[in-house]
Amino acid sequence: MQKTLRAARPLPHWDKLKAKRLDRKMQRRIEDIKRRYEEPRASLLPILWECQNRWGYISPEVQKAVAEALGLSASTVQGVVTFYTMFHTSPPGKHVLEVCSTLSCHLSGAGELAAHLRKRLGIEFGETTEDGLFTLVEVQCLGACDQGPVLRVDETYHGRMTPRKVDRLLSALREEDNA
Amino acid sequence: MNTLLPQKRPRVPLSLEQAKKRGSSSALEHPIHMDPEEVIEEVKRSSLRGRGGAGFFTGVKWGFLPEPDGGPRYLVCNADESEPGTFKDRAIITTNPHLLLEGIAIAAHATRAETAYIYIRGEFAEEAALLEESIAEARDAGILGPALGGKGGPLEVFVHRGAGAYVCGEETALLESIEGYRGNPRIRPPFPAVKGLFGRPTIINNVETLACLPLIMANGAPWFASIGRPKNTGPKLFSVSGHVNRPGVYELPLGVPISEVIAAAGGVRKGHRLKAFIPGGSSAPVLPASAADTPADFDSLQDAGSMLGSGGLIVMDDTTDMVAALANIVRFYEHESCGQCTPCRQGTRVASSLLRRFQANMAEAKHLALLRQVAENAREGRTLCPMGDAFAGPILGMLHHFEQEFTAHL
Repeated sequence: MQKTLRAARPLPHWDKLKAKRLDRKMQRRIEDIKRRYEEPRASLLPILWECQNRWGYISPEVQKAVAEALGLSASTVQGVVTFYTMFHTSPPGKHVLEVCSTLSCHLSGAGELAAHLRKRLGIEFGETTEDGLFTLVEVQCLGACDQGPVLRVDETYHGRMTPRKVDRLLSALREEDNA
Repeated sequence: MNTLLPQKRPRVPLSLEQAKKRGSSSALEHPIHMDPEEVIEEVKRSSLRGRGGAGFFTGVKWGFLPEPDGGPRYLVCNADESEPGTFKDRAIITTNPHLLLEGIAIAAHATRAETAYIYIRGEFAEEAALLEESIAEARDAGILGPALGGKGGPLEVFVHRGAGAYVCGEETALLESIEGYRGNPRIRPPFPAVKGLFGRPTIINNVETLACLPLIMANGAPWFASIGRPKNTGPKLFSVSGHVNRPGVYELPLGVPISEVIAAAGGVRKGHRLKAFIPGGSSAPVLPASAADTPADFDSLQDAGSMLGSGGLIVMDDTTDMVAALANIVRFYEHESCGQCTPCRQGTRVASSLLRRFQANMAEAKHLALLRQVAENAREGRTLCPMGDAFAGPILGMLHHFEQEFTAHL
């Protein structure tokens, strides 16, 4: 089983992520989404995505607010959130690095890619760097097996990763953050 | 237009205009003139079989729908491409999304569905956004949406993103996921064609299956059936990965020998020889190099003890450690088991820990027997969904062809 995300201490960008309730903008969005389905509950996944895209993760408070908006219990929403591996229930680092470890990537050197990332970042899978910039996650097949080994950074796929390409990517992300 | 993918793979997806030039989207532009029953007959005559993995005849599947009762019916496009070794649906979406949309419109017409959902895996965020744009483009052009003319009815298409769960590629788990539940497969019967999404008749087709429909409509069923072998017809996208020189998606007629598919991908990497291959995504049992002449189609590969599945060909050369490869495959299913059925939930865990034992050279003969028993215990209908077979098949296939590599670790 993959470890859940954990951070050593509060991360610098957390204050931007605090959300206790759904604001009016989110409520309007929820009403829009509901119209696509015959039953309101079907809008649960799209709404959870909206929340995660907005706040970076889905806090217990947000789960409760979503449950209220859809007339569900908080535990029902929690059950759904925790079933799907892409939903974060605690704040991840600013950039989430996902290393595919499944067969085709394994055959093309995913082990070496993972070892290099662990060394460069000084963290294990499931951990976040001290500066809160990077979270390293091991994931199962990303559906880009011709590009192996594959690294997915936030929402973008990076294929045929070599140590050099990893280093270039990491410094580009660090620079982007400093700018 | 007689291929699924453009000959020259574009860097950016074909726009609606470009798709029209290629000959796609013609059925939409010139409204559908066939009655739904005629479309179903035409697809039956083409012998099109589902490209998602099961290989069921598409026209026959549509035929399971009950008579219209005036209530809603749904079409779901399965774009949850998650089978390890498979990446062909992504190629269709990123090169020619309008071909898929046209396929959806044809299938919706045939099945009398007025709402279609494209269920796409959560990781394909950019692909989902691309589909949203293409749907908007088609709607603005009056092609999709309530204005579809001819004999086609109104049609709304929505993209629904998954959030990381392999099991949601299984059609009833997929329906649960759309409805906002955990992705636990349902008990069948009732089958989705009778009682599917929101309890209504629903047809679920794979991206590639739907993308074949405009080809059949444009060129006719006899043309489609003339490609490939009897009952295994049409062009097929093969996702080739692993130890080949040019991994990628290759479009070939169904029934070409596996060796030809490997050759299309540039052959096994330099200095090495083919050792084994998995022909249909990681849940297909492995076959040794000596089986490379097997025709890559549904029936031939089944006769050879494996399956065409999704057409995800994983090539392994002589450097491959088969114990490590199997451990990797089983770990995937251990991670992705939804936990509903004991033979799968516990079986994947036990098998995974047994394989770690082999990797650590700490296994005994009884562990080999237990590994086999755990696999046998999850097969053929002992689980609600095909996930049981999906992890049992690779174990039994590997032990059948490469047992000596396992006994070497005893």
